[in-house]
Amino acid sequence: MSEPLFMITEKPISIEKVIQKVIRPEAGAITTFIGTVRELTNGKRTLFLQYEAYVTMAEKMLAQIGKEIREKWPEAKVAITHRIGKLDIGDIAVVIAVSTPHRNDAYEANRYAIERIKQIVPIWKKEHWEDGTEWVGNQLETKAYPTGKPEGEDFI
Amino acid sequence: MMITLLFFAHLQEAIGQERIEMQYVPQTVKELKQQIETRYGIDLRHVMVAVNEEYAREEQQLKPGDTVAFIPPVSGG
Repeated sequence: MSEPLFMITEKPISIEKVIQKVIRPEAGAITTFIGTVRELTNGKRTLFLQYEAYVTMAEKMLAQIGKEIREKWPEAKVAITHRIGKLDIGDIAVVIAVSTPHRNDAYEANRYAIERIKQIVPIWKKEHWEDGTEWVGNQLETKAYPTGKPEGEDFI
Repeated sequence: MMITLLFFAHLQEAIGQERIEMQYVPQTVKELKQQIETRYGIDLRHVMVAVNEEYAREEQQLKPGDTVAFIPPVSGG
C-alpha cells in the first residue's frame, strides 16, 4: 500500500481506495463517511467551493485524530483523505473509513473523526455564490479550539 | 535571526501575502499577535496560532527559526 492513511489531495478521492486501506481480517465492520459539496445552505445557492489547507499540519492533525481514535477504540483502524482546491456541487470533499471487529465501534469512531476534523484540522472552505464569496469559519458551529487549548481573549 | 509567518484563508487575503519573514523575534505568541494586529489592522481574537505545526498557547515563547501559522476557525469536512 503506497498511499498514507491520512492525506490531503488535490485530486478526486477514490472511496474504494480509502476503504481498502482499512480492510483486514480482524474487521467485521467498516463504516465510511463521505462528505460532499452541498448546493443549498440556508436557502442560498452555492456555485462551487474552494478548499485550502495548511497541508503539512493538516496531515499531522488527521494522523492525530487517528491516534485519538486508537486510544478510545483500540481495535479500530482509520483512514482519512480530504480534498482541497475547487470542488463542484456533489464532489467528494472528505472520505473517512473506519474498520473495527464490531459495528458499533465503527460507527462511533467514524462520527468522532468527522467532528474532530471540524475542530482541529487546518482546512478552510470558501463559498462562491452568484453574488459573492465568503470564507466559512465565523459561524459558531465551526469555531474551533483544539482540546485543552482555548485561544483568544474571549476564552481567558 | 528571523521567524516565518504563515497566513491562510481570509487572513491571507487581508494581509495580501501568504508568507512573511520577520526579522525580529517577539517574546511570545501573544506579543506577536498584538504586533500583527497593529501593523495590519486585523483582528486575531478568534485566530489560533501554530508554532512549528503544533497548536500553541498565547504565552508560548518564540525563538529564531520558528514557523508561526495564523489559523482562523477551520471549516473542513
